[in-house]
Amino acid sequence: MSKADTTDAATDSGVIQSVSGPVVTARDLDARMNDVVYVGDEGLMGEVIEIEGDLTTVQVYEETSGVGPGEPVENTGEPLSVDLGPGMLDAIYDGVQRPLDVLEGKMGSPYLDRGVDAPGIDLEEEWEFEPEVAEGDVVEPGDVVGVVEETVTIDHKVMVPPDYEGGEVVAVESGSFDVTETVVELDNGEEVSMHQEWPVREARPANDKKTPRTPLVSGQRILDGLFPIAKGGTAAIPGPFGSGKTVTQHQLAKYADADIIVYVGCGERGNEMTEVIEDFPELEDPANGNPLMARTSLIANTSNMPVAARESCIYTGITIAEYYRDMGYDVALMADSTSRWAEAMREISSRLEEMPGEEGYPAYLAARLAQFYERAGYFENINGTEGSVSAIGAVSPPGGDFSEPVTQNTLRIVKTFWALDADLAERRHFPSINWNESYSLYKDQLDPWFEDEVADDWAERRQWAVDVLDEETELQEIVQLVGKDALPDDQQLTLEVARYLREAYLQQNAFHPVDTFCPPEKTYLMLTTIQTFNDEAFDALDAGVPIEEIIDIESAPRINRIGVQEDYEEYVEDLKAEITEELRSLY
Amino acid sequence: MKEYQTITEISGPLVYAEVDEAIGYDEIVEIETAQGETLRGQVLESSEDVVAIQVFEGTSGIDRDASVRFLGETMKMPVTEDLLGRVLDGSGRPIDDGPEIVPEERQDIVGAAINPYSREYPEEFIETGVSAIDGMNTLVRGQKLPIFSSSGQPHSELAMQIARQASVPEEEEGGDDEEGSEFAVIFGAMGITQEEANEFMEDFERTGALERSVVFMNLADDPAVERTVTPRMVLTTAEYLAFEKDYHVLVILTDMTNYCEALREIGAAREEVPGRRGYPGYMYTDLAQLYERAGRIKGRDGSVTQIPILTMPGDDDTHPIPDLTGYITEGQIYVDPDLNSQGLQPPINVLPSLSRLMDDGIGEGLTREDHADVKDQMFAAYAEGEDLRDLVNIVGREALSELDNKYLDFADAFESEFIDQGFEQNRDIEETLSIGWDLLSMLPKDALNRIDEEFIEEYYREDDSEREVVEAAD
Ligand SMILES: Nc1ncnc2c1ncn2[C@@H]1O[C@H](COP(=O)(O)OP(=O)(O)O)[C@@H](O)[C@H]1O
Ligand SMILES: [Mg+2]
Repeated sequence: MSKADTTDAATDSGVIQSVSGPVVTARDLDARMNDVVYVGDEGLMGEVIEIEGDLTTVQVYEETSGVGPGEPVENTGEPLSVDLGPGMLDAIYDGVQRPLDVLEGKMGSPYLDRGVDAPGIDLEEEWEFEPEVAEGDVVEPGDVVGVVEETVTIDHKVMVPPDYEGGEVVAVESGSFDVTETVVELDNGEEVSMHQEWPVREARPANDKKTPRTPLVSGQRILDGLFPIAKGGTAAIPGPFGSGKTVTQHQLAKYADADIIVYVGCGERGNEMTEVIEDFPELEDPANGNPLMARTSLIANTSNMPVAARESCIYTGITIAEYYRDMGYDVALMADSTSRWAEAMREISSRLEEMPGEEGYPAYLAARLAQFYERAGYFENINGTEGSVSAIGAVSPPGGDFSEPVTQNTLRIVKTFWALDADLAERRHFPSINWNESYSLYKDQLDPWFEDEVADDWAERRQWAVDVLDEETELQEIVQLVGKDALPDDQQLTLEVARYLREAYLQQNAFHPVDTFCPPEKTYLMLTTIQTFNDEAFDALDAGVPIEEIIDIESAPRINRIGVQEDYEEYVEDLKAEITEELRSLY
Repeated sequence: MKEYQTITEISGPLVYAEVDEAIGYDEIVEIETAQGETLRGQVLESSEDVVAIQVFEGTSGIDRDASVRFLGETMKMPVTEDLLGRVLDGSGRPIDDGPEIVPEERQDIVGAAINPYSREYPEEFIETGVSAIDGMNTLVRGQKLPIFSSSGQPHSELAMQIARQASVPEEEEGGDDEEGSEFAVIFGAMGITQEEANEFMEDFERTGALERSVVFMNLADDPAVERTVTPRMVLTTAEYLAFEKDYHVLVILTDMTNYCEALREIGAAREEVPGRRGYPGYMYTDLAQLYERAGRIKGRDGSVTQIPILTMPGDDDTHPIPDLTGYITEGQIYVDPDLNSQGLQPPINVLPSLSRLMDDGIGEGLTREDHADVKDQMFAAYAEGEDLRDLVNIVGREALSELDNKYLDFADAFESEFIDQGFEQNRDIEETLSIGWDLLSMLPKDALNRIDEEFIEEYYREDDSEREVVEAAD
């Protein structure tokens, strides 16, 4: 059930039989699987996860210390749901969609107390509803009946809930209303308000899933340039601690060209969420200059918050994402980290004494991961619009070992793999995405977009870069044995070109005000500059210029500064000319 | 309060007793043995007729006839500012000869999670006086930055150096608005030896730091299970001093490895399905509930900064204890046995070390405008030099280019000049950065591709003689 239901709709109540951490069993409770229940004298929120004979097992979304047998358990009779409606953007929620700012006020404390509830959207705030239907129109489930300006960036489409029947509009309102008030009435008696609810564990319906053909442009060179993800695509970022998962996710949340960002901090650091809350209102949306928070919804279940709510926060996030998708928006969801979600599943499963699978994870781990990523995609919505949910999950493998179950099961599903590398991170090569191991299966289907929008030799240039980097990897093995000077001149030159690829093109400083965001045009121009150096340098070498002289030219090191240039077009043009001139002057 | 003589099973640190009333999860229990000894414990699992109790002092001496009392409340720490200057045992009872402690409040030791919305992002530079930290892995107020070490390494010396030297630069100069926010150290020992504990105590006494410290001692021969409450006592005290009494609290917890071993022991006694390498599957969550108690809170003047120390079994950072810690803390400082055997003090390996909060804590107005660039370049140059060391062993210096040779020299000088400052030297950030530029000036300007050209103009030492001083010094 959603917390907007103020009624005490308990259909039954039972008695606590035992308590073990977040898992409570109750006797005499008439409940269905996944019903939301309130546990104990303090009414802690929980969800039914197992029913056996007279015993019902509940996972509790709050701390259970002090709760004991004999205390009551009340069933609401409804599954765990989210409140959907205007007010979800520029908001920060916990794992069961309680707004953290509201909780702070209600609890009167910076600490999260127990047994305090709040609806996911403000039930009293009034919104200016502009109808888009008139009396006599026939509407179907999913159809847009009006809009509300939710933030400066986003128009919130008010839709007929998917589980309605639809019919002829018999009354339409216009003006200021709160989300509980009816704004459109249908002939069959159905009333549409700006608020709907949806059970989080169920995907919202859509007509069709299509092949994604547009990139989710990230402004990160190595991603857009070598391993692009599509709008509606899936990606995994596995890596040991400190390798750059969170920074990469934050960069995507800041710069990806999605309409809506849903950022799920799942079992990670409190300060990382605080950073987003503090930074995003100040940062500009690259698409329109508005504050970034105007397109962002945050869900925070940090590592010290209750484990059961960590299990649910992923579902809360994806359901909110789907709802904006239904409006025709491109939504990008980041989950940092899906491993914490899997571990929460494992912890609950072990308290249930279920048969453990690999590494103690429950046997349904793979299925749950697949179900989650399946909810991403490029969709034709039930109202005929097109919208997408891109899902990007960080993975935190124990000991940085990718052979563990969460990484492996994730890689079986996702189509983009950004492999983070501790060695690169140690030498502060950021983003430390390993270019040999990473891949994108969307590359080919996205090339036409890049060729139309950026440059028609986009794919060719990329292939050149990949080839040079591959060759470097091979040559490095030899260098490790005999030193660089023992290589023939042309191979030494290749190493030099590859060095520029690594230092200028693949590295990108997320903390530099300019370098942090690199539009695809700049990514492309940087690559062409390196290629100019390559071509001119090989010509010089062929003309007999000694390798040392070529490598030592004065202009080449400026390639490494393209990233930090705001007026990069002019800079690149000059630089290419200088490199050419300097090299040609050598012979 | 009812008393039971209903113990049905004793197993490792656990006692099972039958009850006929509702007992709350996590509730505190007193067990009185036939010898009249009173032991304390906590309810780990509660069902209608039987409860599982974890006994802090261990179960020896308990038999079926021991009586069990449930206190009806969860574990509390009595807190007051008067705790400063006191030495307590691992359960928070005074073990010095001081006066009785009159608590101002009794606070639940299982701290509730800080609402992420109520946090304030930490970005105030703490000058530790240690170049490897200040220059390369800067610590800020409210950060949790562990020391990853292994047995026999001088991690305690490093921690003491930090505790002694830590200061916040502007405060010394102006001290204006921060008035009243004093500095306090809380030291939590878990299973360390008497000798190690003495080192800390002597250092505290020598420098007069004890007055502004609270010491919690659970030593190697103290009950292992008690170790699971010690850090909670420590952090409850820290939060009280920071967020109610405006102190800037530095918490040193040593050794987290012993804490984790205690968790494992309890898990095994409960016959739980073990996680990786026998540690409980919930160890991540458990550790997070400690480490996440560092931070700053909006509208409060104080802060809790944590420096947990852990000795990595087998010096292996993929072991669950450092691994899970690194996934939670805001970076880590590596103490390196190789550097230690080369005599470097402190033997910090900066490459795998990291401070995640550094980026917002440094730069113009905080440390210095060129700090970020200098740090990036030094990391890159040192990593390059480190790589070349392997190669030079095979092919010799002559086979390397001039530039490569400079990187090798840089790496050597970086260790001898920058890192090896001794445990007693206190360097301010200007000095640290200045040594940084001495070293970077060993490399040609062109190679400094991570540094803004403007800063190269300003700080690069063209003067050769100055460079030679550095080279000659190593
Ligand atoms: N693109 C980047 N640019 C600059 N620094 C980065 C970048 N990515 C990561 N870092 C550095 O690495 C540190 C760890 O990154 P983070 O994303 O927090 O790692 P993880 O989430 O994998 O533990 C950051 O604090 C930052 O200093
Ligand atoms: Mg992270």
